[in-house]
Amino acid sequence: MRDVSIIGVGQTPVREHWEKGLRQLAVDAVLAALKDAHTEQVDAIYVGNMLSGELTRQEHLGALIADQLGMSGVAAMKVESACGAGGSAVHAGFLAVASGQYRRVAVVGVEKMTDLWNGSVTAGLAMAADGEYEAANGISFVGLNALMMRRYMYEYDLVEEDFAPFALNAHANAVHNPNAMFRKAVTLEQFTKAKKVADPISLFDSSPICDGAAAVILSRSENLNGNAARAISIAASTMATDTLALHDRQDPMWLRAVELSSIKAYAQAGITPQDIDLFELHDAFSIVAPMSLEAAGFARRGTGTYLARDGEISINGKLPISTMGGLKARGHPIGASGVYQITEAVQQLRGEAGKNQVPNAKIGMTQSLGGVAATAVTHILKGK
Amino acid sequence: MAENLAPNWRLREQRYQLVGNVCLNCNAKFFPPRQVCANCRGTEFDSFQFSGKGELYSFTTLRSAPAGFENYAPYSVGMIKLDEGPLVEAMLTDVNEDELAIGMRMEMVTRKIREEEGERGLIVYGYKFRRDNENEEKRNARR
Repeated sequence: MRDVSIIGVGQTPVREHWEKGLRQLAVDAVLAALKDAHTEQVDAIYVGNMLSGELTRQEHLGALIADQLGMSGVAAMKVESACGAGGSAVHAGFLAVASGQYRRVAVVGVEKMTDLWNGSVTAGLAMAADGEYEAANGISFVGLNALMMRRYMYEYDLVEEDFAPFALNAHANAVHNPNAMFRKAVTLEQFTKAKKVADPISLFDSSPICDGAAAVILSRSENLNGNAARAISIAASTMATDTLALHDRQDPMWLRAVELSSIKAYAQAGITPQDIDLFELHDAFSIVAPMSLEAAGFARRGTGTYLARDGEISINGKLPISTMGGLKARGHPIGASGVYQITEAVQQLRGEAGKNQVPNAKIGMTQSLGGVAATAVTHILKGK
Repeated sequence: MAENLAPNWRLREQRYQLVGNVCLNCNAKFFPPRQVCANCRGTEFDSFQFSGKGELYSFTTLRSAPAGFENYAPYSVGMIKLDEGPLVEAMLTDVNEDELAIGMRMEMVTRKIREEEGERGLIVYGYKFRRDNENEEKRNARR
């Protein structure tokens, strides 16, 4: 296996992009990443996306994006694993370069969600779960997370407010990220008064429906040419799965795929959780944050919310999370989020995160989840 | 977007009777039925009909529904821990939202799940769960 580095990153703002379609967003992000990498050509393109067919009547994204970039001829394909598609696409790109097959690849995560009305998007997102036994019974994706959160609160004797610090932290960090969807701080009072979407999940526990694209350029670490100074190396790229349906789990309160992919990642990078300087986790709903912190080895079972309560997750805390707003406040354009996470971790490790800069950030971890963590893709990045 | 009958028809035993299966090697019971045992990877099974009785493991009420279910929102859904072991997810019926509590005794009933619009629209039936008052009283009497 060859060592792999990230030599360029690019992103569009996360918005409701009424004037741009899926192809424009993807091309914008890749062009920005190519520019950042001072390069014009790659050997292959991996497109992370979940719902282009359902939401925009467009599949075959590999050929489409290669064509629109003026790169027809290169290898290109879509990678799908629900909300974890972005992370999976980076994993695929990493393996392609690590194998020696390609010298340089572009990975772009893109999702265009606002071309259909909300009910259709909700039905589309439910495809991340079991179509025959969850979605067919009218159980939406937020519904599944609500079922998890209610039981988690029952098992560990918690109330809704115990989850507030995750939302407040994400929003506070998004204020200084020009690419974030919600650049507004949220108060505890606003959190507690927020409308319930699926109790106990409120509006402020949920990530928004939005559009966006983020891209990274991966290269063999041995020939970085002019990029050596700013290159960030990929110390680990791992993936694991769990049962697709929440009801098929022996223990629905434990994210097994998160645990497995994290353990594999620490081993691959030769580090322990204590070495991680920042963690971009998959906070699509508040409940996912503490459960991820536990399964990834940062907190004991049932105590994930304590880290947030004690301020450890803020920029200056022991383990900063959602440093640019996370899925909650930067926004969660489904198949793009996993690539946004990596783009933001690169910003942190380069020392280019502005007011959100984590002091002395050397090692960053990102985790992209699909469904109720039926897929978990973990990356560990190392700066200079 | 008219749907074929087949994808609904082939799930009829599961939807109307809660038929799962039991692994002949390790005796693990599954709903829905599996082709490969999630416990021992055995591939030989007998079919197994669940009693439809269990306890409420978790619940929520959906304020905004996915397409196809808009006409029913808000509606409550839950996870039920069946007495034989497996968890099942379903809509909850005949019960007020504010009465729901984890641990409540529940029983399966067959109900209309959704109705498609138009002349060729399907009417889909399946299992929902309601409060099992009888068993709840018995259980409370024992305590």
